[in-house]
Amino acid sequence: MAGKEIAIIIVFYVTCGVVVISALIAVFARSVINAAFALFFTLCGMAGFYFLLSADFLAIVQIVVYAGGILVLLLFGILLTHRTLEELGIEKRTTYIAGTIAGLAFYLILIFIIAQGLWHQIPPKPMAPTTATIGRLLLTKYLLPFEISSVTLLAALIGSAYLVRRKEGK
Amino acid sequence: MLYDFANIVVFLVLTGVLVFGTLLVGRLVRTQKPTPEKNTIYECGEPPFGSSWVRYNIRFYNIALVFLIFDVEVVCLFPVILVLQHFKLISRTLMLVAVGEVAFFVVVLVIALIYAWHKGALDWLRAPESPYSVEESHNPE
Repeated sequence: MAGKEIAIIIVFYVTCGVVVISALIAVFARSVINAAFALFFTLCGMAGFYFLLSADFLAIVQIVVYAGGILVLLLFGILLTHRTLEELGIEKRTTYIAGTIAGLAFYLILIFIIAQGLWHQIPPKPMAPTTATIGRLLLTKYLLPFEISSVTLLAALIGSAYLVRRKEGK
Repeated sequence: MLYDFANIVVFLVLTGVLVFGTLLVGRLVRTQKPTPEKNTIYECGEPPFGSSWVRYNIRFYNIALVFLIFDVEVVCLFPVILVLQHFKLISRTLMLVAVGEVAFFVVVLVIALIYAWHKGALDWLRAPESPYSVEESHNPE
């Protein structure tokens, strides 16, 4: 039993290392494309955290949607822009200052929220599959959000079709 | 349950060891005599010119956007489909209601798909009569 807990702690700290290091690479990388690839490891590390919190479905969603979908979209977006950081004007000193201020402000907000939180702890339960429970809740208690999500997706698709059309029309 | 994911971790670690171990062994074993000629990017024997950062066709982005939406649809549908069998065991009408709920979800997205299809978001090469047809741009140069 103790060995299992130690194994979980080791996996947790290794995942922490992967997330923090890859996030730092993503922030400080000179080329946007390297930043995007580093972001891949950050997102996968987040999935690792979800696994460790016994949220198996959420972890798979994280990989499928974020690492598999959004990151690919991001990469295509970068490859389409065909510009380096210098050309985009991100290398300017004012950008760094503005970014630092915005980051610090966000950090302060986060600290405020974390300090305000009550942090209820539930006793640890053995890890069980959550997918079926989520499905049952989606069909009963959270039916309206479930159906609204399909309408939201419809809106997103119409929006994307519109965006693409405008780009093509140029 | 956690051990099932431990399998994945072991798999990931072994993959990393295999890939980087092979590269490391190769680096240790091989001789290194680099020349400027050898260090150039291979381009079928031609001297390479220009940036290798080629601009992609915009349609890749387009398809990725549509893909993302149906990706999320699968995420929403997957847990629901798992419980349908369970609902059937409770009562038949309950299952039919659930199927109806899922069907509504799917129909809305089918409408979305038809819209995207109609607007040409899925076309790889646009029809010539389309008002948005532009020059084909697989060659950026």
